[in-house]
Amino acid sequence: MTQPGAVTAPQPHVAHQSHHEELGFWRQYVFSVDHKVIGIQYAITGLLFLLFGFSLMMLMRWQLAYPGAALPLVGNLFGEARMPGGTMLPEFYNELGAMHGTIMVFLGVVPLAVGGFGNFVVPLQIGAPDMAFPRLNMASYWFFFLGGVTMLASFFVPGGAAQSGWTSYTPLSVLAGTGQTMWLIGMLFLITSSLLGAVNFITTIIQLRVRGLTFMRFPFFVWTQLVTSFLLLLAFPPLQAAAIMQMMDRVAGTSFFMPSGLVVSGQVLTAAGGGNPLLWQHLFWFLAHPEVYVLILPAMGIVAEVIANNTRKPLWGYRSMVYSLMFLGFMSFLVWAHHMFMTGMGTAMAAFFQTTTMIISIPSVVILTALLISLWGGSIRFNTPMLFALGFLPMFGIGGLTGLPLGFNVSDIPLHDTYYVIGHFHYVVAPGTIFALFAGVYYWYPKATGRKMNETLGKIHFFGSLVCMNVIFMPMFLMGLAGVSRRLFDGGETYAFAQPVLHLNVVSSWGAWILAIFQIPFIFNFFWSIWKGEKTDENPWQATTLEWAAPSPPPHGNFLEPPQAYRGPYEYSVPGAARDYTPQHEA
Amino acid sequence: MEIPYTFEVRRDTGLTNGKIGLWLFLASEVMLFGALFASYILIRTGAPNWPRGDTILNVPLATFNTIVLISSSVTMVMAWASLVRGSFATFRIYMGATILLGFVFLVVKYFEYSHKFHDGLYPSTNNFLAIYFTLTGLHMLHVAGGMALNAWFWGPGAKLWKTNPVWFTNRVEHSGLFWHFVDLVWIFLFPTLYLL
Amino acid sequence: MTSDHITVDHAADIDRQVRVYVVVFVALLALTLVTVAVSYLDLPPAMAIAVALLVATVKGSLVACYFMHLISEKKLIYVVLVITAIKFVALLALPAVTHSNGFWIDE
Ligand code: HEM
Ligand SMILES: [Cu+2]
Repeated sequence: MTQPGAVTAPQPHVAHQSHHEELGFWRQYVFSVDHKVIGIQYAITGLLFLLFGFSLMMLMRWQLAYPGAALPLVGNLFGEARMPGGTMLPEFYNELGAMHGTIMVFLGVVPLAVGGFGNFVVPLQIGAPDMAFPRLNMASYWFFFLGGVTMLASFFVPGGAAQSGWTSYTPLSVLAGTGQTMWLIGMLFLITSSLLGAVNFITTIIQLRVRGLTFMRFPFFVWTQLVTSFLLLLAFPPLQAAAIMQMMDRVAGTSFFMPSGLVVSGQVLTAAGGGNPLLWQHLFWFLAHPEVYVLILPAMGIVAEVIANNTRKPLWGYRSMVYSLMFLGFMSFLVWAHHMFMTGMGTAMAAFFQTTTMIISIPSVVILTALLISLWGGSIRFNTPMLFALGFLPMFGIGGLTGLPLGFNVSDIPLHDTYYVIGHFHYVVAPGTIFALFAGVYYWYPKATGRKMNETLGKIHFFGSLVCMNVIFMPMFLMGLAGVSRRLFDGGETYAFAQPVLHLNVVSSWGAWILAIFQIPFIFNFFWSIWKGEKTDENPWQATTLEWAAPSPPPHGNFLEPPQAYRGPYEYSVPGAARDYTPQHEA
Repeated sequence: MEIPYTFEVRRDTGLTNGKIGLWLFLASEVMLFGALFASYILIRTGAPNWPRGDTILNVPLATFNTIVLISSSVTMVMAWASLVRGSFATFRIYMGATILLGFVFLVVKYFEYSHKFHDGLYPSTNNFLAIYFTLTGLHMLHVAGGMALNAWFWGPGAKLWKTNPVWFTNRVEHSGLFWHFVDLVWIFLFPTLYLL
Repeated sequence: MTSDHITVDHAADIDRQVRVYVVVFVALLALTLVTVAVSYLDLPPAMAIAVALLVATVKGSLVACYFMHLISEKKLIYVVLVITAIKFVALLALPAVTHSNGFWIDE
């Protein structure tokens, strides 16, 4: 930092090392403007929220496996209003369900994938000293933090947290209790955070890339972050508008989403009416479909980095991957109504949206295929990041393929809102995205700390998680095909047709609890390695991209010398080269 | 540590960071107001009957306000032009005028609102009023935000002029971009809400 | 590499630009009066909407092109705005999607 007021003459590069200006604890670790600190703040907060969202789900899984049974040990901690005698009330189940979805998506995965990895890795990979707007960056984090606090606080308001699902469909959500208002406030904070972040990322990537780093020399991860940021930038505002209108409906008594003559519990509501409940669904899915790409694209980016590095080969079809990515980003705004086939949509519209949905599946398949082919003929190093990246491929594949029947109007109608849907998107986001994020943690941990995480613990973590994830989610397909609806607080116990598959609920639940146990090695490893992990130099994986040219951990300002890019991102095993990798910054 | 291209232009893009950042932000704003406009169209076309704006709202006052905002856009761009010419004193005058005009806009709006409330017309009365209050309310928030930004550059932020005039001029230009955008939104709000 | 040249560039033709601003200002005022005047003609609704939106679009374009300097902006900004425009069109198609072809609407 230059002193305030001092005229900003360009400083010679050596100055980067020499200004060891002491910042106090607060400015250095809490209200920091350094992208690396902010990235780590995002990542840790995101991981904590993932754990929290997962814990909510573990509670729900008890109720699903053993409906009506008192929860041993902890059941009494939740009070008479939620779990009298340790038995879960339906309202509490709804609270947990809505908050599990919201927290996992908006407070867990997005902050970790975009806020965490994006912040930490992108400036390094493009050779920049920091983000383009460091203070804005800090503001994004704190808006996110406020959003998180608001969501958590909503558990303590009268009536508890939001209960209308993460989709908050109207008119139910308009009629719901105070928790829903808190949900809306929280969402407005989170949206603001994401918008500021998106502006910052796009500007940074375009403006701060170093000399020689042309767009086609970007690591694939940078590309995914660029496209993701555009999705956030243009898809979130419609949800912002929708949230404002829902807030008006709830607080000012307007009827944007309230139809005329709505009858609730035998009473005609007094609202003016004339609104359209479907408007909410449209605006929500206008965001939420692009949002699923926000959840998956950074994950693909991480997997691409890890695969290129551990196959010691260039990515196969880098260019087609990049073009597919752009096409994905573009098309993701034209498919939203495939979530609404059940709303009485006419055939022409249904035909349009199922066509666009089939079209958009093509670029995803291209990317996945390119990653698969990249493995071909490589001498693969099976370290923990690579295992998670390899795990991602089939898991995401299952998730993607099971999505196709949901994209067709005819087959979606019986499958809609069943456990099949839950199985489908969890394969995408849980063993898919989450695995990629774990790969990222293991892969970039040495950059952030200067030490590697323990491999043995990492492998236990991986294989345990891989098995459990499938035990949890595979049965859900079967239950869904049998017709069991999602969001049932008793897991379908009262339905005759569900009886033959009910035992699968027990399987799924035990999978979830054992999965928790397999996270313990990770949590331990994460902290233990900060002090005890194997020490590494700045490039422990013999990687080519620019982040490995900076010291580990990188100092404020990142590089000792501003680097320059002389070549493409993945020059592994170049014939004739002395080593099997040629870093981008080597002339 | 310095962030490159904060005030100097990057060769290949021809832009500073701030300029890109601001336009990106405006892009998101377009989507925000676009969503509200789309909602307005949807609700209006689905309604059995819909009042014409001028049967409920005060067109002369709104016309006056339109002229106020347009004028403020001109003074805003003149404030920037004064800086380009190197005249800080004229900048202060024009910027002051811009803030003042924004204030006039808000005062007029205050009278419009309180008149409606006085007549018992609330957002909850019907969907026309719901959309009217929501859109204009959100727009007013933007006016207030723009005024705050401008006031900063008129007052404490102006110190930058002494140390880095190029940067200061750029920042005033960016603040202006936001202000013109707010004007632009109003240019669409005025006919849709008041005249149709 | 401070680039006062941007300022210098502008300074050279700033006087010409200021004259443009004044012309645009007058045009905006005139168009405002036109829309208001037209609204008193009681045209059929379709016509009224078309005229009002047309005038607003012209006014908006004037503001964007001249006050916001879009008429001579860098390519990158155009790229961003074109992307936004496409998504914006998708957004405005939303009401049509809802109403068309049997979408349930409030009766
Ligand atoms: C691996 C741990 C996870 C388990 C065991 C799990 C389990 C479940 C189950 C059983 C449901 C259905 C609840 C019901 O219909 O009543 C559900 C819903 C949901 N989950 Fe997960 N999930 C996990 C991770 C995730 C992750 C990582 C995400 C997002 C990134 C996520 C997002 C959602 C969403 C959005 C819903 C829908 C909530 C709603 O109905 O409103 N879950 N989860
Ligand atoms: Cu979708």
